[in-house]
Amino acid sequence: MGKVNVEDNARKFIKQDDIHEAQHDKNLYNTIIKRSKVSSEIPEWEELRNLASQIKEHTLTHLDHYIDQFATKAEENGITVHFAKDADEHNAIVFDILNSHGAKRIIKSKSMLQEECGMTPFLEERGIDVLETDLGERIQQLSDERPSHIVMPAIQKTTEDIAKLFADKIGTDPNDDDPHSLAEAMRNNARPKFLVADAGMTGANFAVAETGTFVVCTNEGNADLTASIPPLHIASIGIEKILPKVEDLGVFIRLLSRSALGTPATQYTSHFSGPREGSEMHIVLTDNGRSKRLSMDKFWHSLKCIRCGACMNTCPVYRRSGGLSYGATYSGPIGIILDPTFDEDTYSELPFHSSLCGSCTEICPVHINISDQIIEWRKVMMEKKKTPFGRRLAFAAADRLLGSATAFKMMEKTTYNMLNILPKSLLENSTLDPWVEDRELPDVKKETFRDWYKKNRKNND
Amino acid sequence: MKVALFIPCYIDLIYPKVGIATLELLERLGVEVTVPLQQTCCGQPMANEGDQKHSVRTETQFCENFEDLDFDYIVGPAGSCVKHVKLHMDAIPQTSTVKEIRHKTIELVEFLHDVLKIEEFPWADFQHTVAIHNSCSSIRGLHIASRFEWQEPYFNKTEDLLKKVSGVIVETIDRPQECCGFGGTFCVTDEAVSAKMGQDKVADYTRHQVEYVVSPDMSCLMHQEGIAKREKSDLKFVHIAQVLNNGPF
Repeated sequence: MGKVNVEDNARKFIKQDDIHEAQHDKNLYNTIIKRSKVSSEIPEWEELRNLASQIKEHTLTHLDHYIDQFATKAEENGITVHFAKDADEHNAIVFDILNSHGAKRIIKSKSMLQEECGMTPFLEERGIDVLETDLGERIQQLSDERPSHIVMPAIQKTTEDIAKLFADKIGTDPNDDDPHSLAEAMRNNARPKFLVADAGMTGANFAVAETGTFVVCTNEGNADLTASIPPLHIASIGIEKILPKVEDLGVFIRLLSRSALGTPATQYTSHFSGPREGSEMHIVLTDNGRSKRLSMDKFWHSLKCIRCGACMNTCPVYRRSGGLSYGATYSGPIGIILDPTFDEDTYSELPFHSSLCGSCTEICPVHINISDQIIEWRKVMMEKKKTPFGRRLAFAAADRLLGSATAFKMMEKTTYNMLNILPKSLLENSTLDPWVEDRELPDVKKETFRDWYKKNRKNND
Repeated sequence: MKVALFIPCYIDLIYPKVGIATLELLERLGVEVTVPLQQTCCGQPMANEGDQKHSVRTETQFCENFEDLDFDYIVGPAGSCVKHVKLHMDAIPQTSTVKEIRHKTIELVEFLHDVLKIEEFPWADFQHTVAIHNSCSSIRGLHIASRFEWQEPYFNKTEDLLKKVSGVIVETIDRPQECCGFGGTFCVTDEAVSAKMGQDKVADYTRHQVEYVVSPDMSCLMHQEGIAKREKSDLKFVHIAQVLNNGPF
C-alpha cells in the first residue's frame, strides 16, 4: 500500500463543498458538549477515569494471567476459544468455523478488530456473503468505504448522501432524506436477511476474566440480533479487552457512552456467557500486534483504549479532516498512534497531522497520553528518515541558524531586507510559501526588540 | 525579585512591541530584569517535529544565555515556548544547570498571577470588548486556565488579570478552548486544515462582535491575524502584556 497523504486527503474533504466539513465539525463538537454535560452530573467522574486507567494498567501488566483465566472460564461455560496471533490466523480460524458449518450468509455487528484484520473482504473472496447490521457500518459497506469513525462509522456523510446511496442500492426515494424514513428503509431491507443468516459475528467491548463472559454495547440492538438469531455466534476479541472482574464493568460502562456520545449509557449492554441450547459460540482471542505494542516502552499505554472515540470528537484536526482521510482502520488521534504500529511506512505522515493541541490526552477516559505519543511517533519517523527529505533538510538548517546568535541576528536583518526588496507577487506565491494561501504575512520589523533594548537600556548590554 | 527575560525569536523579529511591553511592565512592577542578548529560539520548532538531533544546538544555545545569570525566574511572554522549555526540552543532556533553567522558566501570566500576585494595573485603560485566546500550550500544558475536558473548578488566570484593567469587557466565544490551528510547522505542512481552523476561530470572534483578541501567546495570534487580514476583518490582535502595560500597541 502506498503512503497515505493525509494532508492532501483532508484538503479535499474541506474543499469539496461548504456542507460536509462544516456539518461533520458541528455534529462531532456537539457530542463533546453533551459529554461535558453528562460527565458534570457525576461527582466522581474524575475518580472513575483514574480507576479505569489503573484497572487497565494492572490488567495489561498481568495480561498472560488474565488471558488464561478468561479462556479457561469461557471454555467452562461451553464456549470454544481459539487463539489467533495475527490477522491471517484470525481470518483463517473464522473461515474454518464457518466452512465446517456450511455457513454462507453471515451477519455481523461492528467490530474494529475484524476491520483491522480485513475479515470481510477475506470472507467475501471465499464466497461468503457478509452483511453489516449496524446502520452506519451498513452505509459504509454499501459505499465500499471503511468506517470513518470508530463509533459513528458514517458520520462524514450527510443525510442527502445517504438518501442517494440508498436510492441507488436499495431502491428508495432519492429525495427523501428524512433520517427516520432512511433508517426504516434499511431496517425493512435488512431484517429479512437477519432471519436467514447462517452465522452471526460480533466483537466485544469488554471480556471478564473471572467469569469468562463478554459484553457488547450497541445503540441499535443489532449485536443482540446478530448473536441470537443464527445458530452460530463467533466473537472476535482483542486480548486487550480483558478486565479482571465483573465489578470493573461498573467503572467502564459508566465511562464508555458518556465519553463516546455524551449519553448516560448505550441502549443495549449485552452480556454473553455461553451458547444457547442447540447453538454454538466461539471466541477468537486475537493478538494482531498487541503483544508487540505491549513491549513498546513509549506506546504500550495505547492498549488501554476502550474505543470510545472521544479523542476523535474533540480533535479539531479530525473534525476538519473526516475520518477517511487517514486511510486507515483507526482515524483521529488514537489512529495516529495505533496505525503506525501496524505499518510505519504507509502511516508515516499521520503523526504530523496534528496541531498538538492536547485535547485528546485531556479527554481520554482512561488517561492515554495520546498527544505525547504523537510526538514520540514523530521522533520515530524522523529518526528512521520516513519524513520527506526536504522537510528534514529544513529542520537541520533551522537548528544551525537558531543554534547561533550571530547567524540568527544576520537572518533577522536579511529577512527584513528581503521582504522589502522582493516583489509582492513572489511573497504572495502560495507554491513557494503555503502560509500565504489563506493568510496575510506578518510585518517583520526593522527594529527588533534586541535593537530597541540596546538603544533604550544601557546597563545590560 | 530578579528575573531574566526570555524573548522568543518571533517576538524579537515580528512583535518587538510585545517584548517592550513585557519589559516595561515588569520594571513597573519593581522587578529587576536582565535581558540576555544572545537569545535566538528555545528549539520548539524542531522538537515539535520530532527532530531531537536537530534540536540540540538551539536548546544548548538557549541555555547558554541563562547559565551564568543570577535570577529567581526566567519569564517568557509566550505560553508555547515556555511549555517547550518546561516540559519538552530534553534533546540536550539534563545537567543540573539545564534542570534549573527549565524549572525556573515561567510564563508571564502565571508569573504575574501566581508569583507577584498583582491586584491592580492602575496605569492601564482599555475601553474595549475583548475575547481571550489562551493557547492550547497555556491551557493544557501550563494549566493557566481550567480545562473543559476535566471536571475541575473554573479558573482563568488570563481573565483574572484582564479584569483588573479599567474598561475591559471580556466576551466568551462559543469555543474558547478550541485550537486555532497554528500548531507551529503544522500551519504550513497542513495548510488547509490549519487555515480552516483559523477561519472558524475568526468567525467565532466575529459572531461575538469583539474588537480585540487578547492572548498570552503571540504565535497563535500571528496565524489568526493573517487569516483575519485576508478576510478584510477589523479584528485586532494584541498580547496581554500590551494591555496590562497600556501599550505600546
